[in-house]
Amino acid sequence: MISITVNGTSHDVDVPADMPLLWVVRDELHMTGTKFGCGVAQCGACTMHVDGVATRTCVLPVSQAVGKQIRTIESLSTDNSHPVQRAWIAEQVPQCGYCQSGQIMAAVALLQKTKKPTDDEITQAMTNICRCGTYGRIKSAIRRAAGEA
Amino acid sequence: MDAPALSRGTFIRLTGATGAGLGLALSFPGCAPSSQSGGKDFSPNAWVRIAPDDTVTVVVNKSEMGQGVSTGLPTLVADELDASMNNVRIQFAPADPKYGDPGLGGDMITGGSTSMPDSWLPLRAAGATARAMLVAAAAKQWGVDPATCTTRDGVVYHQPSNRSASYGSLAATAATLPVPTDVPLKTPDKFTLIGKQGRRLDLTGKVNGTIIYGIDVQVPGMVYAAIARSPVFGGRVKSFDATKAKAVPGVTAVVQVSNGVAVVAKNTWAAFQGKNALQIVWDEGPNAKVSTASLFADAERLAKTHNGEHVAASRGNPDSISGTVVQAVYRGPFLAHATMEPMNATADVRADSCEIWAPNQVQLRARAAAAKGSGLPPESCTIHTTYLGGGFGRRLEADYVQEAAEVSKAIKSPVKVMWTREDDIQHDFYRPMSLNVVRGVLSGGELRSLTHQVVQKSWYRSWWPALVKKGVDPGAMEDVTDAPYAIPNFRATYIDHDHPITAGSWRAPNANWNCFVTESFVDELAHTAGKDPLAFRLALLRHDPRATNALSVAALKAGWGEKQQAGIAQGVAVTLWNGSYGVIVADVSMQDKMPKVHRVVAVVDCGTAVNPDIVVQQAQSATNFGLSAALTGKITIKGGRVEQNNFYDYTVLRMADAPSIEVHVVPSTAKPTGIGEVCTPPIAPAVANAIFRLTGKRVRELPFSDALA
Ligand code: FES
Ligand code: FES
Repeated sequence: MISITVNGTSHDVDVPADMPLLWVVRDELHMTGTKFGCGVAQCGACTMHVDGVATRTCVLPVSQAVGKQIRTIESLSTDNSHPVQRAWIAEQVPQCGYCQSGQIMAAVALLQKTKKPTDDEITQAMTNICRCGTYGRIKSAIRRAAGEA
Repeated sequence: MDAPALSRGTFIRLTGATGAGLGLALSFPGCAPSSQSGGKDFSPNAWVRIAPDDTVTVVVNKSEMGQGVSTGLPTLVADELDASMNNVRIQFAPADPKYGDPGLGGDMITGGSTSMPDSWLPLRAAGATARAMLVAAAAKQWGVDPATCTTRDGVVYHQPSNRSASYGSLAATAATLPVPTDVPLKTPDKFTLIGKQGRRLDLTGKVNGTIIYGIDVQVPGMVYAAIARSPVFGGRVKSFDATKAKAVPGVTAVVQVSNGVAVVAKNTWAAFQGKNALQIVWDEGPNAKVSTASLFADAERLAKTHNGEHVAASRGNPDSISGTVVQAVYRGPFLAHATMEPMNATADVRADSCEIWAPNQVQLRARAAAAKGSGLPPESCTIHTTYLGGGFGRRLEADYVQEAAEVSKAIKSPVKVMWTREDDIQHDFYRPMSLNVVRGVLSGGELRSLTHQVVQKSWYRSWWPALVKKGVDPGAMEDVTDAPYAIPNFRATYIDHDHPITAGSWRAPNANWNCFVTESFVDELAHTAGKDPLAFRLALLRHDPRATNALSVAALKAGWGEKQQAGIAQGVAVTLWNGSYGVIVADVSMQDKMPKVHRVVAVVDCGTAVNPDIVVQQAQSATNFGLSAALTGKITIKGGRVEQNNFYDYTVLRMADAPSIEVHVVPSTAKPTGIGEVCTPPIAPAVANAIFRLTGKRVRELPFSDALA
């Protein structure tokens, strides 16, 4: 048994130690807000916060998440009231939406570290892929959230 | 503009079994199953339901893959109905011919930017008819003339007597009334939502992770599977050893299916690990030596010998014109779709039923694939369409459905078959490679003659063979035969380059490549003629006011002809895609042998912009999608297999390279013509034309990373 703490709740899971956190959360805990896009830390669809750091969990063995605070998209709010979610809605960022859990988690981590990121800081931090090409609106939404926060 | 009458072949009747609500079904005579006779039993095509709690449910017979159709189609209903968008709910249609699109031969297809034009009249008619019945119900209750009633935001008002009633409270009565015919539709000046409503209905679930994509489907008792497919196109399993795969913790079974070997497990990760551990001997078949080089050599031979050539369009006498001759050959690569959500499907095959949950763009074909995979008749197969994590044409195929049904049948359990990104990149239906040979003749500074030969695999041949007429695949000739230019002497010819690399629809097929040729070559001709590229185009577009207008707006907004910052040049390109016009002006500089696109001005004329901000979204999306491919996108073949694996070697656009995109939507009250694709074709040539101005180098192959290396 491995014990992990996701969104403040502790879970015991019977999985191999090298199983990536993404699949533990999706298939064992059945929390599917976090997505799979590549499995090789390229796209960021699987981004969660591990002790506050935006982390690509498709390559993070669950054993390395033990004892850490794991936060997923599900933890932001129950009513879309998180400033980043509000900004995402106001700028109407999502298209297919599939990448957006990861994008939002990356943005939340960025804004926790850097209250008012410059355009360059946004571009450097936001390396997640969006095949629908919502990049311009992601940028605007981060600026908006930074202004509101 | 006159309000269009409803009677043009659209029939509306009450649906039964809607409880206390009012249900309206629409049907098209052309779409009724041919086994039925007379006009009595028409099947519903779209479906509006008004419940006592005031909710308006619209059945959407198109797939939501980001393009906003699950907002756009309900907008049409809600406007004519005078409903509040807050009360609108949607339901995706099941796979049933009665939900087929008459504009697409009755098939259920989300593609070709057809959803809005094909739904424009019927869905508005459904809303208008429902409204008329609700008004009639209120008037009856109040004993007043319906003409003295008004409606707004889901409420019927009778001002003279100061009475009002919500739609929900009237629905039951309305359902008892006769269905009126020929209810007039609103004139554009009366629209309350069309042209204004820009809010997507699917936003909230997309910012909190609750929207359900195919990958998120969970069925009680479900297991997970991954399939090892032949790396070589057309290869088959010769033998396999599952010992190591079965030793992977969590793996529960290994079964052979028609396209490979499936590893079944307790979770996705174990299935992936098990798949990697499989030892398979493949019969590679006849294609193990095919390579990109061999395919282009074949294409060149076909082009030179004109072997299998068919004339797609011809006017004047292009061979007899004398003047300055310009000739060029263009080479386009294979492209993968790389939808953000890799392919997947969940299947539950029982003795007499097959249930499928899948992100798909083709419900009836998915049902046929389910039938094939399960061995059951299509009528026993149910397709649940989830939200799609991108489509771009990839999900117009249903291969992932058939295999999921096969696995479920074999293991007698519900199963989700999940693709890795590598599976997705290497087992796609690719935008086909293309060889284009163009020849233009200039005389007196004008383009007098143009010939354009396309050598490209036909994907319609297998996907929609009826559309291939006289050897010409119209999809392969998009932006060749229908390029908007008036050239007096013109010939377009097509050679179907048959080869084993699976080909399919890829956003704006195949204008996504041909436009690069047409628009780069027109630019080249303008340069040879010593003309400004924009003025040269305008002269060729004198006959087409909408194209002329879109180009002129783009020139104005982009500051065409004005002095640019040092190191920056502009390029322009125009396309006409299924009735919509797209013009792009790109501001480009060169950085390390690669173009850097700073700013894009995109002008679109798609008729009525039903949801203006979604139109802007799609123009931005399609531009970035085309730019992504133009910069570094290519699938190459070696040893009969795809050389690329994942996003590290099939690289796609990220924020750092995404330009600022300014979209200008031409105001229009014309019928809407779709927006999901029109900006994909023109971005690559616009950038290439800017590159020419910067470097003097004419780019005749893509991606730029190869062409400029
Ligand atoms: S799925 Fe983890 S980075 Fe792509
Ligand atoms: S919104 Fe579709 S991939 Fe980002």
